[in-house]
Amino acid sequence: MRRIYYLKMKDILSSWFNQPQTGLSLWFMAIFTLVFACGAVYGSGYMKHYSGRPLRNTLHWINYAVAYVSMMALCVVQNSIAFLVSWEIMALSSFFLVIYESEKPETIKAGINFFVQSHISVILLTAGFMMIGVRTGSYSFSEIPRYCAENNGMAAFLLLFAGFAVKAGFVPFHTWLPYAHPAAPAHISGVMSGVIIKIGIFGILRMITLFTVDFTTAGVIILAVAAISGLYGVMMAILQHNLKKLLAYHSIENIGIIGMGIGLGCIGVGSGNSTLASLGFAGALLHTLNHALFKSVLFFCSGNVYHGTHTLNVERLGGLAKKMPWTAALFLIASVAICGLPPMNGFISEFVIYSGLFGWMQGADLSATTGAVFSILALVMIGGLAILCFTKAFGIIFLGTPRTEVEAHEMEACRIVPLAIEALIMLSIGIFPAFYAKLAGNALECFPYADSAALGSVTDLSIVGIASLVFLAIAAFIYFAKSGVNRKRQVSEGPTWGCGYTEGTARIQYTATSFVKTYVQLFSFVLGTKKEEKRPVEIFPASGHFESESYDKLENALIDKPLGLYRRFTDMFSFLQNGKMQFYVLYGIIFIICTLIITFISC
Amino acid sequence: MTSLILILISALFFNGIIGRVKSICAGRKGPGIMQPVFDVARLLRKGSVYSETTGPVFKIAPAVYLASVIVACLCVPFGNKAGLISFNGDFVFFAYALALGKFFCIIGALDTGSSFEGMGASREATYSMLAEPAFFLIMGSLALMTGHTSFESIFADLHPSSPMSWALAVIAAFIFLILAMVENSRMPVDDPKTHLELTMIHEVMVLDNSGVDLGLIFVTGFLKFAMYAALIANLLIGSIPVGFGIPVFFAVQFVSAVIIGINESFTARFRMNHNPQFIFTLACIALLAVFGVMLMSGQLI
Repeated sequence: MRRIYYLKMKDILSSWFNQPQTGLSLWFMAIFTLVFACGAVYGSGYMKHYSGRPLRNTLHWINYAVAYVSMMALCVVQNSIAFLVSWEIMALSSFFLVIYESEKPETIKAGINFFVQSHISVILLTAGFMMIGVRTGSYSFSEIPRYCAENNGMAAFLLLFAGFAVKAGFVPFHTWLPYAHPAAPAHISGVMSGVIIKIGIFGILRMITLFTVDFTTAGVIILAVAAISGLYGVMMAILQHNLKKLLAYHSIENIGIIGMGIGLGCIGVGSGNSTLASLGFAGALLHTLNHALFKSVLFFCSGNVYHGTHTLNVERLGGLAKKMPWTAALFLIASVAICGLPPMNGFISEFVIYSGLFGWMQGADLSATTGAVFSILALVMIGGLAILCFTKAFGIIFLGTPRTEVEAHEMEACRIVPLAIEALIMLSIGIFPAFYAKLAGNALECFPYADSAALGSVTDLSIVGIASLVFLAIAAFIYFAKSGVNRKRQVSEGPTWGCGYTEGTARIQYTATSFVKTYVQLFSFVLGTKKEEKRPVEIFPASGHFESESYDKLENALIDKPLGLYRRFTDMFSFLQNGKMQFYVLYGIIFIICTLIITFISC
Repeated sequence: MTSLILILISALFFNGIIGRVKSICAGRKGPGIMQPVFDVARLLRKGSVYSETTGPVFKIAPAVYLASVIVACLCVPFGNKAGLISFNGDFVFFAYALALGKFFCIIGALDTGSSFEGMGASREATYSMLAEPAFFLIMGSLALMTGHTSFESIFADLHPSSPMSWALAVIAAFIFLILAMVENSRMPVDDPKTHLELTMIHEVMVLDNSGVDLGLIFVTGFLKFAMYAALIANLLIGSIPVGFGIPVFFAVQFVSAVIIGINESFTARFRMNHNPQFIFTLACIALLAVFGVMLMSGQLI
């Protein structure tokens, strides 16, 4: 019996491994496994702080395992019904993971928000798959190419794209991220931001391998949505004072960068340009891996900061590098990576996307050049803004002197080591990019027109790695030479130079708000800031106060306002449900009379 | 290799020439051309004072800052001779390497916990974010015109023959020169000789650096100037033989330094809130260059 079962599994597996899209699935499965494994080790340390609730913790870890298995299933299944079922399991289990601290009202609120929005995504996906299912009579993925051959697949493709975009967090479907990530425990935020939102990216990529639509149009749409997501994400991130919220907005930015790669790849497929398709998709695949690594490290670090200091408000922190040196070093490495700076991994994927954009620009037609110029502009601005954001985050939290009296201490090894492993992988991607590009090659070849040879023909990525290595070597040489020289000189310590003022306290330091003030003034036309101000007036002023808070203008315009209007509309009918028994009897009588009349007429 | 040696030589004199031009304009006797180099040599012999607030980041920052500019210099070619680091898309690496240097410079300043240095860091981060698009757009327009994406092949292919390419070369030279001034915090964005910390950008970020660290930061400034001037020189020397190329290279370096010196003598610093507009205007001018190239290649008509 067991033997038969084994044979069947083997048949299933071998037939699956021979399918053309396996490379793509394997690439994503590898990323998911890596981050889930690191998250589990980290989480085991994180959850020690909550050890008094064994039942709840058991449920939590069961959900963690279920979420992982459902993600694996999503990569494997080849049938849209099975896909939707796995999707639902994934959505539910991650909902339970988010609301771990369900005794806090804001956690429940964020959880419900997440729950509703994941089901909007399910509705869109169901509608998209049904469109195909009704026409072809089958829900197998292998029928989708036939569907596209007989019909115009654009509507179904865009429906599915929208469904996956909710999960991935493309603007304007991003509003659940900034609530769900801060509410969840740190290892869950890391895993969610690192990989669970990537299942949306996987879905989009998987659909591209199946559909044949007008890819040029689709590509331009994806590119535009992605560029806006990238810019909007990072612009909002800079304003945030809650570290986890800041990181959540940064996920939107990075999803934007991945989306730019996908859009570029689609345009390459649409125009039959092999180089463009390869560079675009390779950039997207590599950035998916890179973002999974550095974003999970950043979220795990935020968990360490939270347990070390019991706050995530950056304005209350400062000088943590002295008390939490390992966390600080890992946060710095991940910050450099997320800004896309060499020698870390973020640079490699952004470089591939840049190469694609500059290649597209040479296309010698007006729309291509214009599109490329504005995409390059967007990517450059994203890079610059990310530097502003992460110098703020790292500088204010870990450097300077503590802004408030917080006790901080370094975390135990199981909350440092998995992060350090991820950081090492990140560095190795930066220095040996050609190796990782080759690994991504199998996934890349699932896409039409894309192949890894075309990727290598534009730029030999190994030279980029060598350049990064040269950089590291020069920096290290200068540093050690400098230390050597300083050892022979007289080196003393003193207070920070206060320009003549010697009684400075921690409060005179630049705060996160003041650090980004020039930026906020410049971009005030995009950013929403609520200000509440009571000035001290008259000769003997009473107390005054000033408060400013940022809000998401898009969320306000696209979700809060329409919901408010809808509620006002439905309120107009509230007189019907007024709690008076007489009225309810009246409704019954009216209903019976109507039925009678209709029957009478139709006779 | 040629370009690196030439950049190193010109870096020795660049700031000295600026200082000399300023002193001539002001009618002062002024310091000698080698004075900035002597200053650095003196700093390198001195001991250092580190703030008690600072940690390892503050000590690493000057090294990374200098390394970033050296690596960027390695990317700069000499006409059609490639720099030591050369690949398709190397100017992306060039810009991002410089950005890493800036990143460390900024967090180094924040490490001191000083309000002044935080202020400088904030300004530097904001302004360099605004300056970045100009560089990418101008390189993009050159890439579009020549059909290449590495410094060396772009400059090798750039023949200032038609009036349009002359115009492009002038715009590019203008942008590189202003970028050099913005990056080195010169007039009209920042005044290196100001005595009020509240009005400084770069100088206020390095208030706490002393001795060797400060020397390294000065060296970085010299190299940055020479590097941008080398890019300008490359716009001209792409197609001419090395024998003529080297004098042209030094002439461009000299002229750039003189222009910066004259500019500093006769202009005043902008008000701080006018700087963003000024810096972002550069990106708009660069966009103009892109449209120029599109016009030339017949895409717009």
